[in-house]
Formats: sequence, structure tokens, C-alpha cells
Amino acid sequence: MSESGTPLVVETVDLTKAYDGIKVVDGLNLRVEEGDLFGFLGPNGAGKTTTILMLMGLTEPTSGVACICGHNSTREPLKVKRVSGYVPERIGFYEDLTASQNLIYTARLNGLSDELARKKVNESLDIVGLSEVIDHGVGTFSRGMKQRLAIADLLVKTPRVAFLDEPTSGIDPEGVNQMLDLIGRIAKEQRMTIILSSHQLDHVQRICNRVGMLAKGRMVADGLLDELGKKAFGAGQFHIEVQLTEVTSDIIDRIKQIEGVVGVNRSADLLLVNCAKDLRPQIAKAIVGGGGSLVEIKVQSYALEDIYMKYLTEE
Amino acid sequence: MEGLMTVFKKELTDDFTSWRFIILFIIALGVSVFAIYLDAQYIRQTVTETRFVFLQLYTTSGQALPVFILFIVFFVPIVGIMLGFDAINSEKNSGTMSRLLSQPIYRDAVINGKFLAGVVTIAVMLTSIVMLVAGMGLRMIGVPPSSEEVARLLVFLISSIIYGAFWLGLGMLFSIYLQRVATSALASVAIWLLFIFMFAFPFFAQPGQGQAGLMLMRISPITLAWQVITLLLVPGARTLEQMLQSGGSVPTSALPLGQSLLSVWPHMVSIIVLTVVCFAISYIKFIRAEIRST
Repeated sequence: MSESGTPLVVETVDLTKAYDGIKVVDGLNLRVEEGDLFGFLGPNGAGKTTTILMLMGLTEPTSGVACICGHNSTREPLKVKRVSGYVPERIGFYEDLTASQNLIYTARLNGLSDELARKKVNESLDIVGLSEVIDHGVGTFSRGMKQRLAIADLLVKTPRVAFLDEPTSGIDPEGVNQMLDLIGRIAKEQRMTIILSSHQLDHVQRICNRVGMLAKGRMVADGLLDELGKKAFGAGQFHIEVQLTEVTSDIIDRIKQIEGVVGVNRSADLLLVNCAKDLRPQIAKAIVGGGGSLVEIKVQSYALEDIYMKYLTEE
Repeated sequence: MEGLMTVFKKELTDDFTSWRFIILFIIALGVSVFAIYLDAQYIRQTVTETRFVFLQLYTTSGQALPVFILFIVFFVPIVGIMLGFDAINSEKNSGTMSRLLSQPIYRDAVINGKFLAGVVTIAVMLTSIVMLVAGMGLRMIGVPPSSEEVARLLVFLISSIIYGAFWLGLGMLFSIYLQRVATSALASVAIWLLFIFMFAFPFFAQPGQGQAGLMLMRISPITLAWQVITLLLVPGARTLEQMLQSGGSVPTSALPLGQSLLSVWPHMVSIIVLTVVCFAISYIKFIRAEIRST
């Protein structure tokens, strides 16, 4: 159980994997709650795929424990594989079989009866929008279609938790949009916990509610998106962006004198004010008092990219 | 068990519908029919001994070399290799392996299912060829097989299937150790050629040449299969050892079935052991392998 009382679906304790003495994953403590759409971020080679492989029981950890729904991934791989699904980055299907034949194979491997398998396959292909090519050979599919077929493959299994490894890589922007919508939709409709690994921030930011950032095998940041911003740029810090028609030094001085203001930076007609709390009313007053005319004043929000860059450059 | 059956059925369908299988099957059928036609012609003209007339269908061809036996000895390896050489690495390369192994089945279900499907494919192929030849021969010479001949044919069929299983296992072994499909195909074929070479030029197994050459001959699957099949189908044949010990002058009177089986047994055991070793190495390696999609 997590602090908030939601059951933990994925949990790792000091998970480590070393190849020839080089730690690819280094003491990772990952916790994902039921119902999360967790963005697993990190540059290439950060250890995302290795972590997923260890969680799925496809690779043995050097040390530490990986658990899914309370089952140890190394000792009870079958139980783990029953409740979790995996879409690898380089997804492959049997090219000489049709879309439905490929999915029916998955259904049978999961012990579904033929009748149920057929029903599930039709439903799944319908959800991902491939029902028109149900009897076409997968060899004729485009990369985007194969990615959607991979999602259908996941739906046939309907696991409690799904690992999607770079599901948006190598497809066009239109396809990326469809893909992200699809992932968001199935997370909600099928009540699936999804762990989405990616190095593309904007994709993660669009659909994930929680993110974990991995760099060189270590988790550098982990939490809700807005919390991460606070953590990254100091707790309780506010960055207020003020736009004026004309900036005078008198106004800057007046703002600096407000209690709680830490610093003021000027760039053209913009003022960036660092302060301990939300001081917008006082700042506005100071500007009017200094004879300036205010165009816009807002609290700066952090894009995931800023956070990401901050952590990666620190590493 | 369920996972094993699912993999087995899928692989069996793949094997039977693949072009390479169809092509090899047609070649095998054509050559067998041709060989039997020659044999039957020869038997009708020259038959003197009435015992084992039916078996002569598979062994005589008027020429010095029994075409059908040679064909089985040389051709079955190709069938086995064809079914095994890309079993694992092609799935790894195409990315289907990691998807397959993330399903709730034991990992050995994959390798067992593939091996079993291959063996069944070989069995079906060989049985249908032997049966077809039998039917055709029956029509041409009009002599039905005796019960001993049927028994000999049955044992011959079983040993050919085991022989095929060895090559299947060898192909799969390479498909696990070697990343590229072309490399594993070439490696398997190279081994096949090496043993054919040893079989065709047994210069190091002449009498008085020491034991090393003989040892090599004893573990060469092609030589072993040749001995097994000859002993079974030609009741007058003797093993390599028997020939060597007597300096080449052995009586060629027919052995009873029990005696033939007794001479065949050690060779059979060697083939079975070779098969088990190949499969066991593949199995252990595969169970421990890390599966990555990239």
C-alpha cells in the first residue's frame, strides 16, 4: 500500500542490474499506484528498458527486488505475466500471418477459448481502428499500424498493468496524436495502470499524471508533475513574470523593496521576480505606484522540459 | 502444458504451410518415386531370391549404390536443418520473441513446442514417402511384404525420424547461439557437409590406421544412420566393426530380425545421445538467455 492508501501495482526495492560490472540500473526504487498513467522518462540508455524487462521477469536483476501486484517478478514470472502486458519498443508480429491470426495466437497463449478469443480480437481491433484490415497480412502494415496492433494485442490480454516501451517512437505526428489519445482512453476505459517509457517529454506531459525520471540508472525525480516543478526549482519558490509597457529602474527598486522578494531579473520589457510566496497583488501595486503600466502578470509554470533539462544537466 | 500445445499447433501450421517445406517435400517425393521405379524395373527382370523381395524395393537399383537409402541418409539432415536453423533467432530478430515470452507461458514451452512440431513434420514427411513408395512398389512387383519386412520398415522409419530430430536439434542449437539467420543456416550446412565428407572418404577408418578415425566414424551421425538403415533394410549387411574385424570377408547370409536389431542398437543409442545433447544445450542456453527486443 502506498501512503495514500491506493494499492501499489509496481514496486521495486533497490533494483540493480549490472552488465560486466557496469550498473545499468542502480538501486532503483520505483512505486506505481493502481490507476496511474506513469511516465517513465529518461534519455536513451538510462535503463528504462532494462527496468521493464526485470519487472516482466524477462531478465534477472543482479540484486534487489521487482514486484508486480505483490508477485515477485523473478520467482513467480508466470503470475506476473498473467497480470501484466508488455509492448516492446521494436514490436514484432508474424509477418506472414494476418492481424487477427496474430492476435488469436496471443489470446490462446493466455488460455482464452477459441470463441472468446475471436470476440476479444474483433473488439480490440475495433478499438484501435484496425477492423478494416483484420484479414490483411501484417507484412503490409505501416509502422503506425503495427503500433496500434500492438495496443490491440495488449487489449486482447487485458492486463492490470501494461508497460509501453517508447510507443510513439518512429511514427508521424498524426500517428503520435492518435497513439497518445488511444493510450489515454484505454487507461481510463479499461482501468489499466500504464507505465509509458519515453524520451519525448511532450508526449509524456500530455497524458501522464505522474512521472519518474531516470538518468544513468538512477531515479532522479519522481512524483506528480506539478510537485516535480517545485522540487526542481526549490520548495515554496514562485517565479512571477511581469510584462510592462516600459520598464524603469524606479519600478525595479520598488519591487525589490517588497518583503519576500528574493530577486528581480530584467529582460527587455519583461521582469522575472523570484519570491517566497505569491506576491502578485503587492507587485502590481508597486508598479502602479512607480508610474508604470502593467500589461500582464502571471505565475510561471514549469514545463516538464525545464525540469528534465535541470536534472539531466545536474547529473 | 496449454502453452506448449498452443506453440506446437502454431509451429506445426507454420512448418506445413511454408514454401521451403513444400519444395523439399516435392523434391523428396520425386526422387523417391524415381528410385523406386528403377528398383522395381530391376527386380522384375533379375529377381532370384524370394526372401525380402519387398525390402529390395528400397535397396536395389541395379547400380552399385542403393539410391533410396543414400537419399534418406543425405536428405533427412536437410529437412531437419531447414526446420530448425531459424527457429529462435528469426523470432528474436523480428521482435516476436519478447512479445511471445511476455505471455503467461513457461519459457520452455516455446523451445519444446518448436522442437516437437519439427519432429512431427519430419515424421509425417518420411512416413508418407515410405508409404507411397510401398504402395507403388506393391503395384509394380505384386509381392506383399512379409511381417518381418513390415517390422524392419517400421524400425527404419522410427530411426530415420530420430536421425531427422538430431539435425533439427543441431539447427536449433545454432539458431540460439548465432544471431543471424544466414550464419546459423551456413553453420548447420557446413557440419552436414563435413560429415558427408567423412562418410564418402573414410580414409582414416581403414584397418590398421589406429582408433582415432574409427572413433570419429562412430559419432558421425551420417555414418551412424547409414549403418542403421543398411542393417535394417539389407538383412545380409554387417556393421563397420564386423567388417573391419574380419578383414572384409564376412558371410552375407541374412540375419534374423532380432540379430539385426541387436547390431543396430548401439548405433541407434549414439544417434539418440547426440540428439539429446544438442537439445539439452539449446534448452539450457535458451532458458537462461536474456530477451531484448533491441
